[in-house]
Amino acid sequence: MMLRLTFWLALALYGAVYAALRLAIHPPIPASVLTIYMLLTAIAILVFVSADERRFTQFIAPLAAVFEGRAPRAARIAVLAVIPLAAAWATYVRVAPSADAPFELRVIHPEPPSSLSVHGRRVEIAGLQNPLRAKGSELDKPIREGKTIYYQNCFFCHGDALAGDGHFAQAFRPIPANFRDVGTISMLQESYVFWRVATGGAGLPKSATPWNSAMPVWQDFLTEEEIWKAILYIYAGSGSTPRTWDDEVKHDKH
Amino acid sequence: MPGGITLQATGTGRPAFEALKDTYKGVLKISLLLALTYLIAHGLSSVLPAADYRALPVMGNRVAVWIFAQLHLMFGAFVLGVPIFALITEIVGVATREQRYDELAREFTKLLAMAYTVTAVLGCVLLVLLVTLYPKLTGYLSQNFKPTWILYVVLIFGEVVLAYLYWTTWDGTQGARKKWHLLLGLLVNLWGTAILFVADIWVTFMMSPAGIDDAGNVTNLWQAVNNHTWMPINVHRLLANVAFGGAIAAAYAAVRFLNARTAEERARFDWMGYVGSFIAIAAFLPLPFAGYWLGREIYQFSQQMGVSMMGGSFAWLWILQAFLIGSLFFAANFYLWLGMGRIPGAERYTRYQVAMMLVLTLGFVVWATPRSIIATGVEMAAMGGSHHPFLGLFGVMAAKNTAVNLMILTTFLSFMLYRRANRVPLVTWASAGKIVQGLVIAVASGVVLFYGVYSYYVTSMVRIGFSVYQVLAVLVAMAVFVAVDIPMLRGARQIGAIRWGEIPARAQYALFFMAITFTWLMGLMGYIRSGIRQYWHIYGRIADESAHAFTMTHGHATLIVSGIVIVFFLLVSVVFALAARHEDRPEAA
Repeated sequence: MMLRLTFWLALALYGAVYAALRLAIHPPIPASVLTIYMLLTAIAILVFVSADERRFTQFIAPLAAVFEGRAPRAARIAVLAVIPLAAAWATYVRVAPSADAPFELRVIHPEPPSSLSVHGRRVEIAGLQNPLRAKGSELDKPIREGKTIYYQNCFFCHGDALAGDGHFAQAFRPIPANFRDVGTISMLQESYVFWRVATGGAGLPKSATPWNSAMPVWQDFLTEEEIWKAILYIYAGSGSTPRTWDDEVKHDKH
Repeated sequence: MPGGITLQATGTGRPAFEALKDTYKGVLKISLLLALTYLIAHGLSSVLPAADYRALPVMGNRVAVWIFAQLHLMFGAFVLGVPIFALITEIVGVATREQRYDELAREFTKLLAMAYTVTAVLGCVLLVLLVTLYPKLTGYLSQNFKPTWILYVVLIFGEVVLAYLYWTTWDGTQGARKKWHLLLGLLVNLWGTAILFVADIWVTFMMSPAGIDDAGNVTNLWQAVNNHTWMPINVHRLLANVAFGGAIAAAYAAVRFLNARTAEERARFDWMGYVGSFIAIAAFLPLPFAGYWLGREIYQFSQQMGVSMMGGSFAWLWILQAFLIGSLFFAANFYLWLGMGRIPGAERYTRYQVAMMLVLTLGFVVWATPRSIIATGVEMAAMGGSHHPFLGLFGVMAAKNTAVNLMILTTFLSFMLYRRANRVPLVTWASAGKIVQGLVIAVASGVVLFYGVYSYYVTSMVRIGFSVYQVLAVLVAMAVFVAVDIPMLRGARQIGAIRWGEIPARAQYALFFMAITFTWLMGLMGYIRSGIRQYWHIYGRIADESAHAFTMTHGHATLIVSGIVIVFFLLVSVVFALAARHEDRPEAA
């Protein structure tokens, strides 16, 4: 019985997946990802039904009936009407003018430069470590000081909970980074974060277009040590740790 | 020649003298080709004005070198992958005493002579292009890596001799002498692997230079050779070559199946396609692990290069890669499930396909979820940035590692069900054996899921360590499963014989799809690997100061990759067509 309904079950499953993705997930899934998911769903259903001869025969039976003229006349007319209407609707959706801003393909984690200029001094990114952490000394005091620096400078955008939801956050596109997100600072080495803080939006490389980050160039307002202290705090305050490598590390083979 | 081998007849049924003559011809051909290459390269360098870079009209330097380097690499993978494929099937033939395996190995080995020639010609064109268009870089590499160049040439001649002998002594070393032929096959593969390892030296040095001073001179050759990415690329390419060889063999069988006129032919090529796909998929399963190791080494060598690759300008190409890899998993399972339709008794396992498809689809969905989502301003405002609070969890490696491990486990399970489809174990402990097998799969899945979820709560260094546990759990589960399966199915009752040739034609398109996808993946990942050096010839040491040092758009790059794949398949088709024509000739074996 179930086998005979293969085509209709496949159709219902596709619809159910679409409904679930549209209605059950909040905030809504962006159209680009929804397209990927629905494409994968369609491929998966087609692969599954055609991977077994009996399923496949039952799946194409209703289609064969329509296109070979064996289905009732009304069904054939309905199918032939739906095909151009669906094409027309898809075309309309594609070309209809919209007031929405265009898609933005922005590189979130652009590659850091090999070196950067901080207060006129050239700093090599390779091998760069937080000097406060590197000393192995007690971190409580610099973290406390970093917290003060954070609240005096960063808090307004990155928020009280370091979740990128400060008072000014919604005024920016892109909005400020959420340090509690596993995909932000916990994926990065401290040298990377230092680069982003010290050079801000103006220091983004070519690949990070469009250069619309509102992050200030903090080296214009903070000393190098203050930046490192703030970095210590954002890791400690968000409960994350910087990315590190094991002892064999990089340039030992050079 | 190793003692004990008497050349009685050749692969084409001619006397031993002819076999040696063929080998001699092969060596002569390569010698002439290399001499010609030297003369052309030297001549052009002398005639053209001295410069660091010379411009190639219309196509441009970079695209020309790219196309020939990639085609050379693909044919290189083919001529290294086919002997591995041939040796494996030959060994299976000896172990199972089934002559058809020997014939299959022999059928593919005969392609080698022609494929070597194409590979060599492409390599020589590449060398001329490099010497002529990039004299400064080529001069630097040849000056600093002279011993490896000499070794490379020696290895090429050795490989040609061994490969010709492997082919020409095939018929003369049947029966008691078979072990010597297997030894010859092993030597061909060891030699081929050595060639691959030497060629990887230059490529990996350009990515992760080591053993050099501040002026860029190599001060320690071994350190320069054994740089960060050398061994990971060696292992990755070796496994990929096996998968590639198997996939091309399967695609060849698919074409022959679709053109077959008799039931016997269909049965033969159906079986050949199965063997090819089996080897391809078996080698494909550990590839993601090897790739992850390579990625880790790249990241560890240079944060800049690592971020470029995974999070920066090349990140979107990984979504394409995810689609290709996910499609390979779909295609592999699709082929196996369709194949089960020709195996009596396989219907017992059809019901598991729903769950397996669900795991594969969810895995594919996770694998293809981008970390940074393309979104409109309204969508971004709703999400609070370009990271979706829920879907964003799928965008990181913790989720992707978990997904790929479960997809590997599922595909392995498909294989195992296929294997036992028409057999009923008769051993008294069969029920206990099946419970153990079920348990190891369940435990491995649990371990993979547990560490996948736990990864979100630990530091990146610990998380990377977790991926090792996940891989180990999957490998151990597969090993235990097979260790139970082999004795359990020994002497099993057969429900019926496999009806070779009675597989739907669409299964053959899956084989063809796999071969194309493997090739496309090689081109795409090769571009990413090379592209992340950006404007450096030798990363961080010698800058590319030519007009082509910019990173091109993804659309342009993928079009070139796709074009290369089309040209490769056209060339491979010519090799296969010529081999088939030779087969049809009356004097052919």
